[in-house]
Amino acid sequence: MRALKFLLQKEFRQIFRNTTILRVILIMPVIQLIIMPLAADYEIKNINISVVDHDHSAYSRQLTDKILAPGYFKLNDYGTSYPNAFGQFQKDRSDLILEIPAQFEKTLVKENQANLFMAVNAINGVKALVGSAYLNRIIADFNAQIRANWIPNPQTGTLPQIEIATLNRFNPTLNYPFFMVPGILVVLVTMVGVYMCSLNIVKEKEVGTIEQINVTPIKKYHFILGKLIPFWVIGMFVFSLGLFGVARLLYLIVPTGSLVALYGFLAVYLVAVLGIGLLISTYSANQQQAMSLAFFCMMIFMLMSGLFTPINSMPNWAQVIAKLNPVTYFIEVTRMIVLKGSSFAHIQQQLLVISAMAVFFNTWAIWNYRKTS
Amino acid sequence: MADVILQNIGKTYNKGAVKAVTDASFTVEQGELFGLIGPDGAGKTSIFRILTTLLLPDAGQAWVLGNDVVKNYKAIRQQVGYMPGRFSLYQDLTVEENLRFFATVFNTTIQQNYHLISDIYVQIEPFKHRRAGNLSGGMKQKLALCCALIHKPKVLFLDEPTTGVDTVSRKEFWLMLNNLQQQGITILVSTPYMDEATLCRRIALIQEGKILSVETPQQITAAFPFALYAIKAAQMNLLLSHLRQSPLIHTCHTFGEYHHITFAQNTPHSQSHLLGYLAALSHTQVELKPIVPTIEDCFINLMN
Repeated sequence: MRALKFLLQKEFRQIFRNTTILRVILIMPVIQLIIMPLAADYEIKNINISVVDHDHSAYSRQLTDKILAPGYFKLNDYGTSYPNAFGQFQKDRSDLILEIPAQFEKTLVKENQANLFMAVNAINGVKALVGSAYLNRIIADFNAQIRANWIPNPQTGTLPQIEIATLNRFNPTLNYPFFMVPGILVVLVTMVGVYMCSLNIVKEKEVGTIEQINVTPIKKYHFILGKLIPFWVIGMFVFSLGLFGVARLLYLIVPTGSLVALYGFLAVYLVAVLGIGLLISTYSANQQQAMSLAFFCMMIFMLMSGLFTPINSMPNWAQVIAKLNPVTYFIEVTRMIVLKGSSFAHIQQQLLVISAMAVFFNTWAIWNYRKTS
Repeated sequence: MADVILQNIGKTYNKGAVKAVTDASFTVEQGELFGLIGPDGAGKTSIFRILTTLLLPDAGQAWVLGNDVVKNYKAIRQQVGYMPGRFSLYQDLTVEENLRFFATVFNTTIQQNYHLISDIYVQIEPFKHRRAGNLSGGMKQKLALCCALIHKPKVLFLDEPTTGVDTVSRKEFWLMLNNLQQQGITILVSTPYMDEATLCRRIALIQEGKILSVETPQQITAAFPFALYAIKAAQMNLLLSHLRQSPLIHTCHTFGEYHHITFAQNTPHSQSHLLGYLAALSHTQVELKPIVPTIEDCFINLMN
């Protein structure tokens, strides 16, 4: 234990002496946490619509006004030629075309039924999907309104009608930073853990100091613990800085669930992440290799963690990868605890998985880290 | 029992494609200053890494202080000091911090073994608050030696400690090694510089992974089988090619301002025959004298 104490002393001294890295560890996550959640906004606004109106009736104008009223849609052009509107598609100026046929109002009044045509520019899939859904809802609304107007006397007959009221639980105002900040915080802590840990160990290899350590009586597990503990502490600190600093002061996010559960999970999670860093270092001979490997892992961790795209909508094989990704579990747990107010009882399953991962990655890394080659 | 014993040690890299060490055997006695002399790539570092338990040999056995380098590596690590060829201390820690760190990991303190390093440490003490990375080459070597000595090792392994160090520092360094040897520390040192060989008590000449000879430097030079002469003239380059063409000459190598030659047949008339031959080729200021062979002459001879 005495050896471990001196190793830790040395390690912290080196970390605090390297002011560039120290700044990167502390300032980089804060800046990223300030910038990224504001940019990552899924709410679709400014859908450009082309209206092709062959009817020019009161109804067609009413419909157009109704579409533009909520502010989601922006009228790109209003005309009578479908090819013109399609030209706007091709120039990527327009996302949606609504074609109102001639005699629309007349047919609707006379035959109780009329057709509308909608074309969607599906290059941006999300925008297309959300846009057409919005438009459908507005048209359905418009339809209901017309039918209500047609009832001659409200006293004699009411129109049976289902109305859907939506309530957004846990994030009532659909504030996107609420959703993104905990996720991004998790990714940042993961990055600090994986990069710092792997690069630090590989540096000892590269400079040759590991040889000098290896001819001393320092034991394998002393050396590894001497590396893991400092970065575990730093990971804890960075997470707290993000949670109580940026998230609370800037985004006004106050965790509603159990902080003990959150930090308990973080403690185990960091062990798993540092295990990955250690593993990367055992497979790299220099810092360049470690950096490339860590970058590769981080990309997969980030994009397949449910941070940006929901895991449930991934293909099955991708869901399997996401389930093997430690980041997935911590993002899930952080969102559960911070937004939903979950407590220790609700995250037991995730905690079990992450504990298994911590054991798995560290065992693999230690097995691969041989003191004598 | 000798402090270091190698028995038929072999080591290959790249699955046998590169033979680093082949069938190497020698022993180093207690308190001996033993030199491993050979050019770059001869296998010196591989032998050092095997003896310091950093590398597993493919063949043969080795013992350090009676401990098998494979089975009892832990016991060896407690008792030896190793100074690798490349400076491998923490460059971002200061001189004092490095020294204290290596003292503490061996469960000792600087004060406890200060007498061992005092001669060397006083020279770098004025810079004790300077980071190791900012030291000059010679001072780095001194610090590395201090760090390797601070736990009072019984055997000291120094892998090319004088490579890249200026002549004055090299001399100083060897003086320090002699002092350490007098304190009873067994020292195994490797060097590519043949002139340093005479400073060791015994040396092993190594070439392409094979040990050519293990003797005292005096025995090695005494075993030189030919009479050796040094020769110089006004035009040294021309002299070299003429000598190499001559049937009178067995070997001819350049050695600074002289060429070292051996005769194909050493008779009392060999010298006058050669001088006549050179005069016929209109060489001027020819100087020929018999000399005592150096380690380098012996090494070149053994290589052939």
